[in-house]
Amino acid sequence: MADIWLQFLLTIDATLRVSTPLILCAMAGIFSERSGIIDISLEGKMLLSAFAAASVAALSGSPWLGLGAAILVSMIFSLLHGFACITHRGNQVISGLAINILASGLTVTLGIALFAQGGQTPYLSSAQRFSAIPLPFADTMRQVPIIGTIYAEIISGHNLLVWLALLSVFVTSIVLYRTRFGLRLRATGEKPEAVDTAGISVTRIRYQAVLIAGLLCGIAGAYLSIAHGAGFVREMTAGKGYIALAAMIFGHWRPVPALMACLMFGFLEALAARLQGVDILFLGPIPTDLILVLPYVLTVVLLAGFIGRATPPKAIGQPYVKER
Amino acid sequence: MRRPLPKWIDIGVMPIINIFAAFVVAGIIIALIGENPITALSVMVKGAFVYKGALGYTLFYATNFIFTGLAVAVAFHATLFNIGGEGQAMIGGLGIGIVALSLDPLLPPLLVILLAIPMAAVFGAIWGMIPGWLQAKRGSHIVITTIMFNFIASSIMVWLLAGMLMAPGQMSPETRHFAEGVGLLQIHQIANAIGIPMARSPLNLSFLVALAALVGVWVLIWRTRLGYIIRATGHSEKAVIYAGHDPAKIIMITMAISGGLAGLMALNEILGVQERVILNFTSGYGFTGIAVALMGRNHPFGILLASLLFGALYQGGAEIDFEFQTITREMVLMIQGLIILFSGALALMFHPLMERLYGMIAGPDSITSPPKTKRAEHG
Repeated sequence: MADIWLQFLLTIDATLRVSTPLILCAMAGIFSERSGIIDISLEGKMLLSAFAAASVAALSGSPWLGLGAAILVSMIFSLLHGFACITHRGNQVISGLAINILASGLTVTLGIALFAQGGQTPYLSSAQRFSAIPLPFADTMRQVPIIGTIYAEIISGHNLLVWLALLSVFVTSIVLYRTRFGLRLRATGEKPEAVDTAGISVTRIRYQAVLIAGLLCGIAGAYLSIAHGAGFVREMTAGKGYIALAAMIFGHWRPVPALMACLMFGFLEALAARLQGVDILFLGPIPTDLILVLPYVLTVVLLAGFIGRATPPKAIGQPYVKER
Repeated sequence: MRRPLPKWIDIGVMPIINIFAAFVVAGIIIALIGENPITALSVMVKGAFVYKGALGYTLFYATNFIFTGLAVAVAFHATLFNIGGEGQAMIGGLGIGIVALSLDPLLPPLLVILLAIPMAAVFGAIWGMIPGWLQAKRGSHIVITTIMFNFIASSIMVWLLAGMLMAPGQMSPETRHFAEGVGLLQIHQIANAIGIPMARSPLNLSFLVALAALVGVWVLIWRTRLGYIIRATGHSEKAVIYAGHDPAKIIMITMAISGGLAGLMALNEILGVQERVILNFTSGYGFTGIAVALMGRNHPFGILLASLLFGALYQGGAEIDFEFQTITREMVLMIQGLIILFSGALALMFHPLMERLYGMIAGPDSITSPPKTKRAEHG
């Protein structure tokens, strides 16, 4: 019994770790898409920033500089996305796709040029990474049944960026629903003409939105390579940006429901990892591939309106042309 | 003085400028890495055209891109953005695999091949039609659905190839080889058989299927009733309804054709080379199709040219691997991203400049303002 309980706790703990980049990227997506800019480049920006973080951390020895570089690189590519979609009214999906493909090629090309390790960065020591923060009394609390083990296994022992991801949900909610900027941002995504009529620049709001998205993607990328992992590996995002996109849609472009979707998708991944090679009685091994595909299937089902309906912001994907 | 661009500049010059811009940026990155971009380019050109068998490889890669490029283009004509070429090609390969693996002990090879070829298209078409149906009937956005369908297809392939379709006694996720003779003839075999010497390359009969597909799509889009309705759906759904057609049906048909074309890509890789189904045989070619369609302006002739360019890039990229220490074929991926950026998302960036230049050279025009509606379009 105690063993099953521990297994359960460890799975929940893993869920939190796996969900962190999803949460950050989903919040990034919410900022961008609520302002009317489709962002399928979450994946590419996360990959680029993961590479930047690991490279700078490896070269400078400081995880903080790594995080800074990750955020900077991600924001630069956000600006590029904005330049194409906002300034030049380019197709937002195409721009996002271009960034994703560019990211795949650029990270490996630069990685080989910098470190000559086939596109990877050197292995990072614990001083070059964000390490786990054990909360006070975690070890003594372990003796206490249930509450103590929850505290020790799930709440304690995460790195700073995990907490930052959870904080980002809170901040996103406040900014989006409790500030003037948030109101304007949401209005820009629904009816940009109205925002324009009120004398507020749609262009400015949208640029601010994509830059915030860049910031959050940057943290997500840094988490992958210098907090959760110990270095950059080629294609290390492995579709996480798209899962975050799915979670954002699943959460109807709202922060807290999107957080729930991220945790659910993260739980599926953690569960699949734990069930790898486990046999169900009489049925043979559990098909973990089919568990991993559930986020995508569920998103398709949701979008098709079979379980509730996901309605995107009204003006999403449309470049704003000021009337003259 | 600005002047609207004539069609020949828009179609003939602008793509070249956009590609040039992509190559300049790539060249700068190569220079920053510390290699000579001109040397890299000449290695690529030699690798793609000059060395023995190089042209065959270039055309072999181009075959993939013709199929996936056409797939994207057909959907584009109905303003549908099919990002799912990758998944549709995978499922197309699965279609070939199922037919070949189940029938090759029973039927003569030629018959198996003739049954397998349409299956690639049918399986791809089904995988394209479901997102089409979801968009037409349930209102889900085709971009998101096709992205999700790529991942779903990929999982299905892993599940089947590492499971019930895995070759017995094999550790890697792939099926057994098809029976002797179940595969497409390679062009160099045919050439050598009739006495023309030709270097070995994987170029096979799929190339001819691809050329036929180019002509077929041209006829479909510009010379048939259905093609007209597809284009009309792209321009105005209301007009199509007024003309008595069901846009939902047209969307599904368009996506089926698009998916079918992407599915045919598997001919080249599975039936042309591997003669078994392997994991990840699509290698991102479905996404390259988007770049090809954008560059080729969704016209079969443009797609042929763009496919040749990308074929050369991929084959030349392989040569880069041999010649250089610090740059690899991933550089091609980078160039591809830049091309999509410049000829897709930033397609209009150079327009005002060109309009000014053209105005300076050709003199003022009676209509001075460029047509605004045209500029808001993508692609």
